[in-house]
Amino acid sequence: MTRYLVSRLIESVLVLLVMSAIIYGLIGLMPGDPIDLMAASNPTFTAADVERLRALYGLDTPLWQRYLNWLWSALHLDFGYSRQTQTPALTVMMPALQHTLVLAGLAFLLAVTLALTLGVIAALKQRTGIDSVINFFAFAGISVPVFWCALMLIIVFAVQLKWLPASGMYTIGAPREFWDTARYMVLPVITLTLAYTGGFTRYTRSSMVEVLRMDYIRTARAKGVPPRRMVIRHALRNALIPVVTVMALSFGTLLSGALITETMFAQRGLGKLIYDSILNNDYNMALMCLLFATAVTLLCNLVADLCYAWLDPRISIR
Amino acid sequence: MVKRLAVSAMAALAFMGLAAPAAAQRTQLTIGVSQFPPNFHPSIEPTVAKSYALNIARRPFTAYDHDWKVACFSCTEVPSLENGRAKVVTRADGSRGMEVRFTLRDDMLWGDGVPMTSKDIAFTHEVGRNPAMGFNNPELFDNIERIEVVDDKTVVMHLKRVRYDFDHLWDFQIIPEHIEGPVYRALASPSEYGRQTAFNRAPTTAGLYNGPYLVSEFQAGQYIVYTRNPHWKGMRPQFDRVILRTIENTAVLQQNLLSGDIDFVSGELGLTLDQGLEMAKRNADRFNFVFEPGLIYEHIDLNMDNPILKDRRVRYALLHAINRDQLSERLFEGRQPVAHSWVNPRDRGFHQGIKRFANDPALARRLLDEAGWRPGPGGVRVKDGQRLTLEFATTAGNRIRELVQQALQSQWRDVGVDVVIKNEPARTFFGQTMRQRTYSGLAMYAWSSSPESPPVVTLRSDNIPTQANGFSGSNYPGFSNARMDELINLTLQELDGEKRKGYWAEMQNIYADELPVLPLYFRADVFVIPKWLTGVRPTGHFMSTTLFIEQWRAN
Repeated sequence: MTRYLVSRLIESVLVLLVMSAIIYGLIGLMPGDPIDLMAASNPTFTAADVERLRALYGLDTPLWQRYLNWLWSALHLDFGYSRQTQTPALTVMMPALQHTLVLAGLAFLLAVTLALTLGVIAALKQRTGIDSVINFFAFAGISVPVFWCALMLIIVFAVQLKWLPASGMYTIGAPREFWDTARYMVLPVITLTLAYTGGFTRYTRSSMVEVLRMDYIRTARAKGVPPRRMVIRHALRNALIPVVTVMALSFGTLLSGALITETMFAQRGLGKLIYDSILNNDYNMALMCLLFATAVTLLCNLVADLCYAWLDPRISIR
Repeated sequence: MVKRLAVSAMAALAFMGLAAPAAAQRTQLTIGVSQFPPNFHPSIEPTVAKSYALNIARRPFTAYDHDWKVACFSCTEVPSLENGRAKVVTRADGSRGMEVRFTLRDDMLWGDGVPMTSKDIAFTHEVGRNPAMGFNNPELFDNIERIEVVDDKTVVMHLKRVRYDFDHLWDFQIIPEHIEGPVYRALASPSEYGRQTAFNRAPTTAGLYNGPYLVSEFQAGQYIVYTRNPHWKGMRPQFDRVILRTIENTAVLQQNLLSGDIDFVSGELGLTLDQGLEMAKRNADRFNFVFEPGLIYEHIDLNMDNPILKDRRVRYALLHAINRDQLSERLFEGRQPVAHSWVNPRDRGFHQGIKRFANDPALARRLLDEAGWRPGPGGVRVKDGQRLTLEFATTAGNRIRELVQQALQSQWRDVGVDVVIKNEPARTFFGQTMRQRTYSGLAMYAWSSSPESPPVVTLRSDNIPTQANGFSGSNYPGFSNARMDELINLTLQELDGEKRKGYWAEMQNIYADELPVLPLYFRADVFVIPKWLTGVRPTGHFMSTTLFIEQWRAN
């Protein structure tokens, strides 16, 4: 087990190294560096200004050299400064990460709970009215655009009913209290939960349907195993193997992919930070956030692999 | 079980709703904007968002007022030749320069109670003229050869060159020496300044501000909270607290306004025109809507290197073929006035007699015939076997521009000009295509300028971006006219306002004669102001409304 974990860790470090070079290169190759963009929006810029600012921001050196400089600093745990805010990149990322972890974590937990419940019910009640209703909502969840769903929730709960705030993270100027923050989290969490529940439900249902057709389930039924025990211990546990893969990978993408939800509810999370950093050529910021998101995806993948072994005794980790 | 859960959820929601703070008192104003400033330093990386946010807490040396006249904000009197505060002098090398005397107002204090003095002005000049600091408008700092401190409140600026805009000091953002001086002197390397400055390290330091409010709290990307500046001696502002909230999605910004989460949406960084027009129809009972056309001038650059567009008759035909009045009426309900040049009619430099190109498709056809472009197969004109096809680029995803583009494409098609739309993301469009002038035909975008600002960077020939000049300058059409160059330079140096007016008229005539650009309209900002809020007067120019925030009142 330890050997396995160490080898996976080494693999992950190599992946992160390659990813850092790719991400840095791609951001660097995007048309228009920060100075180009400043010059484009300021008609008073002269050639001398452009040169001066390129040198000031260290953009006058080749891309590979800038990458190596960054890598060397990063290996010393110095991830540099955000070009825009002129503060350490790590300082900018941490609050955003913390917020996204709460938002994505809650939404993920809710989505998984709902999806497992609904998926199992749909599989057990296959081709009945209940199955159709669950399928309808699952497909709706998959097909409805996140921004539309967010906007509708804002209109209903903030504009019409005035139950919840339309956007933000807490009441500005008020003491930070749990209930206050909770009020601001309700709509974004519902939005993200709805977005993920549909897909998870469909995976759970199809996996369960397949497992319920297996001989060992028939045998268990013939032996008189109580239905609840048969579903939970025999069917669901086996059906979860492919579902866990999808869910684990989804959590990684959820961290960086909550962009639309964060934008719609004006919340500063990791997805929004990545988006803004890329648009504004904030190399250090973008790179650190993207690498972090990659690391989380790798970690989730590892967790999924470990889950297989727990779910299926035939799989062993060496 | 499900029922019980649903009831509990509804109860929790209702509880949280009840637990919501009471509606904000009128001692607080929450403004919604769509962008957050990148940082807080007034002279590094300026953006509209930063100017909007800082104008709540800082007052410039001079700025344009509501009547588009230069006014003193931190000084006692705007220098002029007439009042003797400005004079032309002969410099040691025999060239002509200027001496301009400014006096700071006695009641200008920093937010920590320290008086603003000449020392602050001299220090700002010292930092600003250092190229490594990355200050905006280095030309301004460079032109000030030295600052002579006369007394605690008076300085004389010695200018290297005679400039008509010697009193335009909005980019000379005075920084407090007692806070920034020690930071500056302790820098290990000049490039460290951006990281070490108190504006970025500790933006809530009271001494950084000299306006009616102080920045008391902020969360990057989210909001800034301002509280009254106890040392502000000007008009007492109404609100104890102002909150500037950033909501980037303008549809959500609109919903926040309707839900009461924000009180007011700024015009400078707020709703799009179509959103404003739509909202004005539905919510006129709650809000006042002000559509203020400003200095942002939407236009189409013509690439003068394109052999088809080199022919002036083709350029004229393109403008005669389109119906800009109809476009403004149908798409913008007439809120965005048609432009006849880059100069806004409210600008002092505007020339009433400028040639106006009416919509006249028959004339457009005749001009194209004269230029040798004859009707060909499929209704597209042909000359020497070549079809009259032009590429038309703009920023992809900008819904209004794309609508305009389609309308124009159809109108040009009617006179036999085939226009192929080739849009790009804004980043590629501005960062590469325009900067390197790789667009082949037409390019639609907007320019923002300040009042009476000669088109140095956009129409002077030394500002055509080329490989040789490192693609600097923004003369993207590639327009080169010796008389225009001369007029621009004369305007910059002319102190006589009437003579300048003459130069402005001639510049606009050349522009209309040569037509390197098709002017479309002046963009309007949409201000959505609650009925109870008064005193918000859009300026129409680049100075934000927040520069006058102390005049805002709640009824």
